[in-house]
Amino acid sequence: MPRALPYLLLLPASLFLLVFFFYPFGLVIVESMTRGGEWTTENFSRMTGHWKFSSAFWNTIWLTAIVVPVQLVMALVMASVVQKLKTGRSGLLYIFAIPLGISDLAAGLIWLAIFEQSGFLNSILHAMGVVDQPRLFLGYQSIWVIFLAVCLAEIWRATAIMMVIIVAGMGLIPKEYNEAAEVFGATRWQRFIKVTLPLLRPSLQTALILRILMAFEVFAVVVALGGTTLPVLMGETFQWQFQLQDRGVAAAYAMVILGLSVAFSLVVLRLLHVPKGARI
Amino acid sequence: MAEIAIKGVAKQFGDFTALHSVDLTIADQEFMVLLGASGCGKTTLLRIIAGLETPSQGEVWIGDRRVDHLPPRERGIAMVFQNYAVFPHLTVFENIAFGLRMAKLPQAEVTRRVTRTAELMHIEQLLKRYSGELSGGQRQRVAVARALAMEPDVILMDEPLSNLDALLRLEMRAELKGVLAESRTTTIYVTHDQVEAMSLADRISVMNGGYIVQADRPTQVYRNPAARFVGSFIGNPPMNFLPAQGTGDGRWQVAGQVFDGPKVEAAEFAIRPEDLHPAEAGLDAEVRVVEPLGPHTLVTAEVAGQPFRAVLESDRAISPGDVIPLAPIPDRIRWFDPDTHKAIQ
Repeated sequence: MPRALPYLLLLPASLFLLVFFFYPFGLVIVESMTRGGEWTTENFSRMTGHWKFSSAFWNTIWLTAIVVPVQLVMALVMASVVQKLKTGRSGLLYIFAIPLGISDLAAGLIWLAIFEQSGFLNSILHAMGVVDQPRLFLGYQSIWVIFLAVCLAEIWRATAIMMVIIVAGMGLIPKEYNEAAEVFGATRWQRFIKVTLPLLRPSLQTALILRILMAFEVFAVVVALGGTTLPVLMGETFQWQFQLQDRGVAAAYAMVILGLSVAFSLVVLRLLHVPKGARI
Repeated sequence: MAEIAIKGVAKQFGDFTALHSVDLTIADQEFMVLLGASGCGKTTLLRIIAGLETPSQGEVWIGDRRVDHLPPRERGIAMVFQNYAVFPHLTVFENIAFGLRMAKLPQAEVTRRVTRTAELMHIEQLLKRYSGELSGGQRQRVAVARALAMEPDVILMDEPLSNLDALLRLEMRAELKGVLAESRTTTIYVTHDQVEAMSLADRISVMNGGYIVQADRPTQVYRNPAARFVGSFIGNPPMNFLPAQGTGDGRWQVAGQVFDGPKVEAAEFAIRPEDLHPAEAGLDAEVRVVEPLGPHTLVTAEVAGQPFRAVLESDRAISPGDVIPLAPIPDRIRWFDPDTHKAIQ
């Protein structure tokens, strides 16, 4: 009996996951590949045939490609600074972590309050005499401004999660490695590149996978700042599901997001693989 | 030439003084051991020489260069860490090559030096492995090889053997001594293990409470402790101390026996446990515990109410409760000032 006990204790959670996660998940897969009860690829061809698909796809990819590396660098810099602190470390971590407590929609609205026509940015520019009347930043004529605002909001919102993971990871690296590198001639930069980064690979894996998945699912911030002017994959899923009432195509979009997530997770796992025996 | 001179080096951590103005000169190619209990400042001193810690005061000279303001990499040193600090993400080869690559040596030279030091440390068959696949002893060898490959002026070692099991420590100790003597580098070696210190050192600096109490050849440190602390710290079992009453003219009464001693106001009598032998007349020792150790027997006793230890021939039958007169070898008796705890010459 004691041998079975752990499994018994895990059973409710496992059942919950099976019923409320894997079952609906399976339904979505089936939905994406059927139409009117028939197996078909029509959902996918409808999706790719739609004029917004390509821009939604590439907007999502570009957002991820810009936001994630910027966040990675920022998180590494911030974590290194936090790591060096002797006092006030936890206080600073709390401050950095504040955006984590805000929902993505609220984050989008905060940045909307900055960028909209009657927003803070216009007020400041007007007060300083840079503009004589408020500008429309987030209009459809200037999609790149919306794109930039989304990047800013995303970076502001989700850098902390990476930083927290990296700070924890840096805490796991014994300081003797850094000292050894210092004694054996490495400069500060070389120590970071040759010792800290490689030893940080497990944490970088976690941080990057988590962040890339979040980036592919970007939605509320985009909606808040650009409505549908800047289409992204998650936004299109929402559109097809609720505006166009076509669950099949929505499911197909969901599959694309899933495929991207799995593919990039595998790439990250592969790139940052730590061979057995080479762990701390 | 890599003579090391430490001039008035002090270190405070907040209110705590880890080192009080330490002066020490280490000759070129000398093997200097810093010996002391934990918290005595020996590791702090080593880290100051390495450049991993900055002194609050004082100067550190290596050769004819003042180095205390230089980063570690510009000091011409290599170091072996207590936990080895063998990089887990690099193979043994790359670990040994680390410093050479930082110094941008040509590949051929890197390979030559790595191969040579790996052979010297008998780890040439491990070069492709990661540190996670090595035993503690093998990691230790990699750490030493990495230091030797630098062909440094000075090698610093921070308790390098303390994480090894007893047998391996004995083996590595002998090997280190041979390898380091051959490399002809100046070595500073930190340990709390007095046997290690005695067996390796050209000179031992005994440290206590942030001071260097005595820096001398191992036999001198053992035979002629400069201070009571050295006598009580070095030797297993340590030196015995007994109060002495002066009877004038350099004669001292110790536990009912009269000995010739220094002509001073007050003195404390001291003798090493192995410098005692049973005799017709001597210090009357009331035996408490008898521990046969094979070659000899360790006797714990009381003399005039003071704890007293003697290492005696094992062929003598002694049991607890016996009172045996123990005679000290006259020229092995040492005297200490009871106030300053310094040796009286």
